Amino acid sequence: MKKHFREFSVAAALAFVLLGLAIFAPAFFQPQPLLSLLTREAPTLLVACGMAFVIISRQIDISVGSQFAVCSVCVGLLAAKGWSLPLVFIASVSMGAIMGAFNGCLVAGLRLPSIVVTLATMVTWREALRWQRQGEFVNLPDGLQWLGLSQVMGQWTLILAALVLLALLALATKHLSAGRFVYAVGTDAEAARLAGIRPQLTTFSVFVFMGALVGLAAMMNVVQSPQVDPKSGSGLELKVIAAAVVGGVAVSGGRGKLWGVFFGLLLLACISPALTHLHIEAYWEKAIQGAIILLAVVADGLRTRKQRN
Amino acid sequence: MKTLLQLSAVTKSFGAVRALKGVSFDLHAGEVHALLGENGAGKSTLIKVITGAHQLDGGSIEINGERVARLTPASAHQLGIACIYQQPALFPDLTVAENIGLRLEPMSALRKVNWVTRRQRAKELLKRIGAEILPDAEVRSLSMPEQQLVEIACALGAGARIVIMDEPTASLTHKEQHLLFAVVKDLRASGVGVVYISHRLEEIFQLADRVTVLRDGQSVGTNKVSEINESGMIKLMVGREVSTIYPPSESETGNVVLSLKKLGCASCGVKNISLDVRAGEIVGMAGLVGAGRTELARVLFGIMPADSGEILLNGQLITISTPKEAVAHGIAYVPEDRRRHGVILEMPIAHNMTMAIHDRVFPGAWLRCGAEKQIALDLIRDLAVKAYGPEAPGGSLSGGNQQKVSLARWLATKPKLLILDEPTQGVDVGAKSEIHKIIRRLAKEGLAVLMISSDLPEVLGMSDRIAVMRGGTITAMLPAKTDAHEVMAVALGQTENGAAK
Repeated sequence: MKKHFREFSVAAALAFVLLGLAIFAPAFFQPQPLLSLLTREAPTLLVACGMAFVIISRQIDISVGSQFAVCSVCVGLLAAKGWSLPLVFIASVSMGAIMGAFNGCLVAGLRLPSIVVTLATMVTWREALRWQRQGEFVNLPDGLQWLGLSQVMGQWTLILAALVLLALLALATKHLSAGRFVYAVGTDAEAARLAGIRPQLTTFSVFVFMGALVGLAAMMNVVQSPQVDPKSGSGLELKVIAAAVVGGVAVSGGRGKLWGVFFGLLLLACISPALTHLHIEAYWEKAIQGAIILLAVVADGLRTRKQRN
Repeated sequence: MKTLLQLSAVTKSFGAVRALKGVSFDLHAGEVHALLGENGAGKSTLIKVITGAHQLDGGSIEINGERVARLTPASAHQLGIACIYQQPALFPDLTVAENIGLRLEPMSALRKVNWVTRRQRAKELLKRIGAEILPDAEVRSLSMPEQQLVEIACALGAGARIVIMDEPTASLTHKEQHLLFAVVKDLRASGVGVVYISHRLEEIFQLADRVTVLRDGQSVGTNKVSEINESGMIKLMVGREVSTIYPPSESETGNVVLSLKKLGCASCGVKNISLDVRAGEIVGMAGLVGAGRTELARVLFGIMPADSGEILLNGQLITISTPKEAVAHGIAYVPEDRRRHGVILEMPIAHNMTMAIHDRVFPGAWLRCGAEKQIALDLIRDLAVKAYGPEAPGGSLSGGNQQKVSLARWLATKPKLLILDEPTQGVDVGAKSEIHKIIRRLAKEGLAVLMISSDLPEVLGMSDRIAVMRGGTITAMLPAKTDAHEVMAVALGQTENGAAK
């Protein structure tokens, strides 16, 4: 309990918000809007998990939003060309992994700071896409939306897929040696190297994995609408970094749990609908989200200070 | 003669470690007073007390005859105390004039910089000490001695009356030394008191007027240099018996496990190392800080790969270019700085212990929780690690127990060769003797052990043979029953007993 205190406190905060809504705005719990909310957040959850790994390994990737847009447009174009669903799926994941590998090469290979590298790739991918598409939407063929299922079935499929992946990733973090590498490298890369772990390879792999998850998330997002917006995914990086930080991932690396990220994401995601239901002006949304992030960071700061003494 | 600095019965402790146990020291105007002592004798702590970096626990400091209640770095600066470190603390990207200006000009944020006077002053100060350095040169482009001269210029400019020099010649060539000595003599002539720290005895005879020897945090004697010889100084430095009881050497030595032939690594200053380590044998590595012992360990572990010579492991010629390869060859390295590189403080000790054996606890990449826990429990019991369980984070343990965890990680790899770097540094006495027993037991079980230690009694008490390093190479191999005096003489580069090659 003490070990997971940080994660439990986020879960408790979420429970508190949900309880408040149950009392003051029971309309929040209508099934259809709630289902839509969760479906919208399903792809974000995957990207947030990837981001958690990146931050735990003491790096950052702010190009995920742009990667997301590139993958989305790719999915759209390939599907429009008549590629089958599994092929499009593979293409999207590979596309993301390639972009992640590009970041990884620069960060791990040349040992450049990840914030600068991913800032550059963020701008590059985004602008290249704008130049290529000129802001034009891509129309998707009929069979693609909701994976060819009914809307409700499609929504449930996406939510379940995201949850199953979350569970698998959380298990893998604990039970795969790769998971241990990420934590070790994030806490003390030199110590990890002395123990025979290869920190640069670990960092590279984390970026590739991040990209692959973005590709997957893009796929899950595209199937929710009849068209692909080439501007999709803007601001995604901030959203997922916020979710990771609120969920207890330490920006200094080496600490964090995926289920904490899950609750962090839900907490941030239900602010906007909650405000609507409570008849508070939507302008407050960002301010409240900012306050939550600040609170999380301050709590972590106080905690580490207490540990140090 | 005027007394500039008077320390009386100064004490200073760090936790349970008593670094200074009542040191008295004085410095006159116009003298060079050398400070001598083994690694860990308390020299650095004493300097830091004088420069105000450490607050003293007991005793008193008088400067210019007045007692100073609380010395801070800022007040020490104002009282005319300056310290020139071995590694100059200048800003590499700023020019010489800017660096001097930063030290000497008042510290207010919105002050107008007068570039003409700044440059003028730098020029004058550099001229005064006879340095041919341009005020506009970037410090990065200067050599080490030139940087030291800039430091001295700063000290002069600040009107320092007490100048401390901490091993200033450690990285200087012969010619540069002479330049520096001339400056030191000039300083002395102008009435400045110089505290001079060096491991090179010949320098002390050339330069110093008096010498104080520190040992185990106590001053064991202040003598006029004209009244003492080298042998007397060394005797003062080591002059003690091996006080702690060390486990007896009873292992039978087996085959040669590690054999080095003219091994060298130009980038880290290690050269021409030839050494054999046998199974069941503890070879102690003695030498002063900077003699290249840690560098040799890093070469052997593939952190800085060797570029010349041969490494033979069990008779097989091998190359080691990464730590991963070293681990695969059965070499284990318990690093010096356990808090930085040995134990990951945030991680549970079980994870720490299995960090180098991932293929064993993750067969087929999937963790066997039970196996990991069992390995950790065995090691905890085996080494008597005091922790509440395998899931206790490394940071929750005491220094000695952290060191055991660091050791456990490497024992788990079942190595053939164990390299220990300062295995008991900063460890309390009880844990220290436990670690000694563990090391001896491992040797008895057939492990070849290479033990680097700056703790001379430890080297003497634990080793079956002693390799002494100086200047990046092994200068002598001494048998187990060597006395401290002889080891220290070789480490300092004296050859009077004929032991050094």
